[in-house]
Amino acid sequence: MIPTSEQLCAAVPGVVIEIVPSTLAAAQPAMLVDREHLVAVARYLKNEPSCQFEFCSCVTGVDYLAKGFIEVVYHLYSVALKHGPVILKVRAPRELDQCHVPSLTPVWRGCEFQEREVFDLYGVKFDGHPDLRRILMWNEFTDHPMRKDYVPPADYEWEPTPHDEVLKRAKADGGIMPPSALATEVKK
Amino acid sequence: MIDESLKSELQKQGVFVVSTEWLYNWGRKSSIWPLQFGLACCAIEMIAAAAARYDLARFGAEVFRATPRQADLMIVAGTVTKKMAPQVVRLFNQMPEPKYVIAMGACAISGGPFKDGYNVLKGVDRYIPVDVHIPGCPPRPEALLHAIITLQEKIAGQHIDRTRWYDAEAKTEFPIPVCSEHDLLPAANPEVWQPPKDYRDVTNEESVKKL
Amino acid sequence: MIAEPLINSADTITTKTLEISIGPQHPSTHGVFRMDVVLDGEVVRALKPVVGYLHRNHEQLAEKISWLGSMPYTDRLDYFNSMSNNWAYALAVEKLAGIKVPERAECIRVIMAELSRLQNHASAIGFLLQDCGAWGTPLLYAFKEREKILDFFETVSGSRMMCNYFRFGGVRVDLNDAMLAMARKIVAEFPKFLDEFEKLMTTNEVVLARCQRVGILPRELAIAGSVSGPVARASGVEYDIRKVDKYGIYDRLEFGVPVGRIGDVYDRYYIRVLEMRESVKILQQVLRDIPAGPVQAVEVKLRGFKIPAGDGYGRVEGPKGELGFYLVSEGGPKPYRYHIRPPSFINLTVLEDMCVGHKVADAIIILGSIDIVLGEVDR
Repeated sequence: MIPTSEQLCAAVPGVVIEIVPSTLAAAQPAMLVDREHLVAVARYLKNEPSCQFEFCSCVTGVDYLAKGFIEVVYHLYSVALKHGPVILKVRAPRELDQCHVPSLTPVWRGCEFQEREVFDLYGVKFDGHPDLRRILMWNEFTDHPMRKDYVPPADYEWEPTPHDEVLKRAKADGGIMPPSALATEVKK
Repeated sequence: MIDESLKSELQKQGVFVVSTEWLYNWGRKSSIWPLQFGLACCAIEMIAAAAARYDLARFGAEVFRATPRQADLMIVAGTVTKKMAPQVVRLFNQMPEPKYVIAMGACAISGGPFKDGYNVLKGVDRYIPVDVHIPGCPPRPEALLHAIITLQEKIAGQHIDRTRWYDAEAKTEFPIPVCSEHDLLPAANPEVWQPPKDYRDVTNEESVKKL
Repeated sequence: MIAEPLINSADTITTKTLEISIGPQHPSTHGVFRMDVVLDGEVVRALKPVVGYLHRNHEQLAEKISWLGSMPYTDRLDYFNSMSNNWAYALAVEKLAGIKVPERAECIRVIMAELSRLQNHASAIGFLLQDCGAWGTPLLYAFKEREKILDFFETVSGSRMMCNYFRFGGVRVDLNDAMLAMARKIVAEFPKFLDEFEKLMTTNEVVLARCQRVGILPRELAIAGSVSGPVARASGVEYDIRKVDKYGIYDRLEFGVPVGRIGDVYDRYYIRVLEMRESVKILQQVLRDIPAGPVQAVEVKLRGFKIPAGDGYGRVEGPKGELGFYLVSEGGPKPYRYHIRPPSFINLTVLEDMCVGHKVADAIIILGSIDIVLGEVDR
């Protein structure tokens, strides 16, 4: 059965859990866990006989630019007891040097590629991940493209009716795209 | 040039009179072997075109070669991403002359529905020359057959004394872009791709008003 | 790159390992997929998949366009079955917004999804057998059936592959009697194709010799690696989202869920054949009992569609595994975060474990038996 937050607080001493509601229709409230106790909560959910959440279905990164943190969301299901989902959320600050959370790959092997993807696209480092490197972008890439403040390089297609952002970029680049795009040095 | 009635008279006797150029082009256009190079969804329509219902083999594309060294035609079917672009150019360079490129689908022509992407190359003709473009998302297998026929007509119109591959100075290999920190370098190859001629300077307010 | 030398214990020959890259352009990698393989002779010692060659940033695009505007992009995820992808997204949005789908639309959705599953499994085993070396023949038989189903999709939605047929609260157009007759004809002819196929392939000595005991995936590793779909069920994991979540009208339909025992390539091939037979059973029931009625929920606005703030996760049993969508809404007309849980990407986690110790040729058919589609892996 789905464990309550009181049950988890009793099982893992010192954990801080906050319930984050979802939409009224979806009825999938999530448990926001602090970084220090995330692995302990995950192990409890996996090993406890009444829970047995041994299938980690989905790992997602969400960038809340206005609120100042990046959230990693885990959806857990149980194959043996056929219940779920239990949703765990953990937050990390957006600054690249402080943006790290513990990895749940030692608990659920299926998180391996998905955590690499969150690292690649959001810049969240997972402590304890066996092989943390980029997975979707090439290795020399330095940006984290899914962040809300990412600016793509000035490689926009010439459009016959430029408007909004394309027009702003075109004016900022001096109006003519070709010389900057065809150069062999980097222009940001 | 031979009189047409004389030509048909001779044909009835079993004597065919053609120019060397016609024969050269006929041999080449009737046996175009494509490179097996499907990238995305258009590749499935390419396979469907090669399957039994639409049968590409009757147009000469008998076998899809797995290696570029033995292929004449590269059908770029699907989205070319920036991560894949160096490999596309490298494969094009490895094909021996005479070689042709068909850009199949909206993504290969201009980036298609994924044009606003940070990882999508906005058209494969930024780095390699393209002979035939097929619009569609995905184009039907009949559209690919039409493109092969168009390519055959193009080959039939090529002149044996003015071909690219017998010209010592012509380019057959193109520089391979490099994946760097933020983007591909260079973003396009100026010898192959230029922006459209009627570009208007967007810093000039007068010309923007005309848009 | 050459690793440190290994001494062959049988004689005094010194051997070294060889690191090669299979792909991204390769006839058998099902798309632009690369494997960095470390080989000792012909035996695979290590294998690392490299993906991202088709990363088209679908998730970032979805944040810029409206909720319904992402529906055509979901067609291009797993480009073999656009109908299942559409359903997963529509289901996630309906869960988030609390939209009820009318009965006839639910039946039509099941028809589309199961037909999609039929043509996907037929193509998948056609490609798998081509990787085994059966140069084209099973694939052409499978594509013959697939063309019939694609003709039906074209009649219904206007496009063979990228159908864009589902909407929030129903489907786009209704099926008239002629279309239903077409569907019934396809379903009536499909078992004959399956029987013919099985007669050629299932007890074929080449298939048995190449596919049995190759690429065994143990049950615990399948669960720990979040593997889903036919790959997991072939390893003994009894989990089918149609039976667990009971979305749509699946709780009223009678069908079985085949589960394998060993989890080798042969099991993954045979389970797809059995799943096709179960899909035919489902289609026969739905086509017999489809009720009349509307096909779109009337309270859904097509323009200016907004979802109340919050997040939610919806999933379906796609032919390749569990396809899920995690959506975060801020109450506006566009998603704040749109994430796809791709089955093919996650099933690749265990590729290395299955391939180590086998030969290169076996690694190719193990990859074929997982049945990946790069549009879904890279999104």
